Amino acid sequence: MATTADRDAAAQGKFRVLGTRPVRHDGIEKVTGAARYGADMLLPGTLHGKVLRSPYAHARIRSIDTSKAEAMPGVRAVATSADFPIIQNREVNFAQSLQNPRLMAENDLADKKVLYKGHAVAAVVATSPHEAEEALNLIEVDYEVLPTVLGWREAMKENPVLLHDTLTERMTVSRADPGEDTGKPGNVASHLQLKLGDVEQGFSEADVIIEREYNTQTVHQGYIEPFACTAQWMPEGRLTIWTSTQGIFGVRGNVAAILDIPESMIKVVPMEIGGGFGGKGTGYLEPVAAVLSRKTGQPVKMVMSRKEVFEGTGPSSGSFIRCKIGAKNDGTFTAAQLYMVYEAGAYPGSPMAGGATSGLSAYKLEHALVDGYDVVCNKPKTAAYRAPGHPQVCFAVESCIDELAQMLDMDPMDLRIKNVAQEGDRATTGVPHAHVGLREVMEAIKAHPHYNAPLGGPNRARGVATGYRLNGGGSGSSATINVLANGTVNVTTGSMDLSGTRVAVAMQVAEVLGLSAEDVTPQVVDTDSVGWTGGSGGSRITFDTGRAAIAAAQLAIDQMRDRAALLWELEQDDVEFVDGNFVSKKNPEDRFTFRELAGRLMATGGPVTCSAMDTQGGVGGALAGNIFDVEVDPETGKVDIIRATAFLDIGQAAHPSYVEGQMQGGTLQGIGWALNEEYFFSEDGVMANSSLLDYRMPTTLDLPMIDCEIIEYANPRHPYGLRGAGEHPIIAPLPALGNAVSRAINQRVYTLPITPGSVLESINERDANGS
Amino acid sequence: MRDFEYVAPTTIDEAVRLMAESGNRAKALAGGTDVIVQLRGGRFDIDRLVDMKKIPELNEMSYSEADGLTVGAAVPCHRIYEDATVQEQYPGLVDAAFLIGGIQIQGRATLGGNLCNSSPSGDTIPALMALGGTCDIAGPNGRRSLPVEDFCTGPGRNVLQDGEILVGLNFPSPKANSGAAFLRFIPRNEMDIAIANAAASVVLDDSKENIVSARIAVGAVAPTPMMATAAADGLAGKAASEESIEAAGEAAKAVASPINDMRGTVTQRVHLVGVLTKRALRTAISRAKGE
Repeated sequence: MATTADRDAAAQGKFRVLGTRPVRHDGIEKVTGAARYGADMLLPGTLHGKVLRSPYAHARIRSIDTSKAEAMPGVRAVATSADFPIIQNREVNFAQSLQNPRLMAENDLADKKVLYKGHAVAAVVATSPHEAEEALNLIEVDYEVLPTVLGWREAMKENPVLLHDTLTERMTVSRADPGEDTGKPGNVASHLQLKLGDVEQGFSEADVIIEREYNTQTVHQGYIEPFACTAQWMPEGRLTIWTSTQGIFGVRGNVAAILDIPESMIKVVPMEIGGGFGGKGTGYLEPVAAVLSRKTGQPVKMVMSRKEVFEGTGPSSGSFIRCKIGAKNDGTFTAAQLYMVYEAGAYPGSPMAGGATSGLSAYKLEHALVDGYDVVCNKPKTAAYRAPGHPQVCFAVESCIDELAQMLDMDPMDLRIKNVAQEGDRATTGVPHAHVGLREVMEAIKAHPHYNAPLGGPNRARGVATGYRLNGGGSGSSATINVLANGTVNVTTGSMDLSGTRVAVAMQVAEVLGLSAEDVTPQVVDTDSVGWTGGSGGSRITFDTGRAAIAAAQLAIDQMRDRAALLWELEQDDVEFVDGNFVSKKNPEDRFTFRELAGRLMATGGPVTCSAMDTQGGVGGALAGNIFDVEVDPETGKVDIIRATAFLDIGQAAHPSYVEGQMQGGTLQGIGWALNEEYFFSEDGVMANSSLLDYRMPTTLDLPMIDCEIIEYANPRHPYGLRGAGEHPIIAPLPALGNAVSRAINQRVYTLPITPGSVLESINERDANGS
Repeated sequence: MRDFEYVAPTTIDEAVRLMAESGNRAKALAGGTDVIVQLRGGRFDIDRLVDMKKIPELNEMSYSEADGLTVGAAVPCHRIYEDATVQEQYPGLVDAAFLIGGIQIQGRATLGGNLCNSSPSGDTIPALMALGGTCDIAGPNGRRSLPVEDFCTGPGRNVLQDGEILVGLNFPSPKANSGAAFLRFIPRNEMDIAIANAAASVVLDDSKENIVSARIAVGAVAPTPMMATAAADGLAGKAASEESIEAAGEAAKAVASPINDMRGTVTQRVHLVGVLTKRALRTAISRAKGE
């Protein structure tokens, strides 16, 4: 195990390029404002679309009359779900996968019902966005308002109001399996059960059992750039979409399904993305803009407002989790059990399964039982958010472990280290752990100077937690290498750059080819210009797209060995590539630098272009952790973070600055989730705080410097040992802050967010109980 | 958003005429940090937006010992808190002007606009009240003046009639041995709306040990910012001690009649009025002592 500090001390790392900090290729464009984001697109003749959204959280649509809007000067067309072929041609089938295009179409434009306040109902396109917005007021929708099912409690009570008449509960024992239809109607879409051993037996062997209930609220990713796209339907039937998304091929597939046209007729062009965090894996506007462009014969641009982003796009789930852990007096866990309910929002598909598979998996457990429920309610359909489903369950498990450590009078990291899973131990899924630095991260936390530093004042305490993400298979990535005559290289991918992946992929290519990072120019291109590539999510791009780019670079080396062999009248096997040079095995005096040989490609058969696709990815799990020192104002309940340190097993840092960026960014989003952020709904399901003013994400003044400790425990699945960086850092801040505040006020916190008001209530409760 | 007329008069008379012509279909624009956001958010629908920033009198800021401090209604916050005289004479006003939004907002936002927006949680209003500010109003029937505490009449409502505009605010010169402070409580450390706020000003006697008089104002806990008169009057003649401060903080809670909403609960707000009043008083007393 090596850490950043060790490497900085060493003169030279293991690698020539990886682990250094070159300036990112897209950096200057981004800091000077030259980079083009979704809303920067403006084609000649562009029209502007706006969406009419439901004022009710739950209502049946009796009729929609768009005639007055259509008659308004400036208005060019109106669209409703009747314009989506999939809604006309296909019945709803809840057994389909989570990315169910029929349900996505209904989410993009409501069909017979609206299921949340802000649900899109119709869209208008006009010559200006203001005209389009005014015309929305002229659309007459006749609603039959229905009772609101505002959360999981109401959704799961006896004889609940139903969101979907035909939804029945599915029972499954594996995340990958759609499971069996139980035929039970209700708002529970699925029940996932994971089992190891026999928990009853495990709990009977325990000296101490702790069982607690935890609640978290609906939170949004809070990306700075609202959704924005432009669609142009050309007369010959080809559709081009420019959009800010995490996955151009996903958008292509969804639009093709919703509009019932072949994917071959659609080109999706990625714009720069101003934050996604999982939330831009799903699109909303593209099929609507496409329909409006087809109707008008002109390009149609649609940009959401912040209010629309909060009310009409997917946040992460609110949750209820009961956690029970049994332990011996020496701290050894004997059994653990989770009952988890995740709100999916309007349609099935919460990230419950992600939480269920990872929640207990960092620990060695012979007996474990996890029951997870995916429950629909009248809130926006949830979307992925950074380690989807993990922060919620980790808040429960790691808070419970901290309280157990207090009960056992043990150091909280000692208790974790005592129970940490090793390579080969079974995760809760039943699958044995691969080579992953669980113990290494835990020991790094315990050994860090922050862990034992003096707190330096009253009303202060320290909280610690770890966050595990078990990460499954990658979806596949393509890359093309073009060797240019001056010895530089272009690497072309379909991976939208959310986090510095252009430079991280380019550095891997440079490492293979013996070049500098600056010699490799990374390009992110459209769906017609690169092989199929899954979306930028799941902490997979540096790993999966990196592997594809490495494979393409190795093919390029082989082709260039052929060219050297041709020049030297040898066979390919007689030429080796050593330290960036092509060398003849027969006569070591014969050698070309990469640049020299690149200059001779045209004369030896033409340029070298190599493509590769990696489908064998699967970045694998990793552990992150946080230490926080907080100070609580006992009079106001305000929590100030005095010191923060983030830990992550990254395998091998490609570009340490962007690993640190991910660690700091994830930590800050976790801080927001823990302390301030929540959707605040009125009783009838209207979000009251749909602005950045009232949805209180942390500002720079709310954050301390977040120190980063990179742990490098090499991943055998990657040629250079890389793991993912994007998701894990958001997980542990929730429980680490809960643990810190609980220790500071000597009263346990079970509900997020830990607002000043809730802290005051906890303090009052503590004083009332005389503890 | 519908299209509307934008006008930028250069005299008070012209501004009054333009405002009067459109009646309640006109809105005054100073920094625009509230009115533009509200327009875009569909809070109201107008025919005319009257920009006050080109009227010289509304951009003036002047101080004399005899007349005190006059701040034009369109003077942005940064000019107030960067002014050496204001920093020296009115630190409580600096507290308030520095709290509105972030740096960019402070480049545009005005005390006048904050007052005319008349939000119950208006960031500067309790400070203006505690400092004994008065409003200079121009309208079709001429000029009038009234204390800031009589200006707001409800959430988003105030005494301005159709055609009337706020010209500026005046604050009397600080008395000897006086001090003021303003505090708000927000869950974040900037860019937030107060759950509660409080301002206090005190005048001490020459020994600096006893309170001669005090003014206390609290916000975000009633339909308008409120003077906590009984709490302040109770301090007159008392020692400038922790005991007096404690009593005033408890007494200030009596004027709070808050609501439960996404920003805070009734219990929390009433409690915070007490905490913030005490903290504001401590700072005000400390400033009065020249500490």
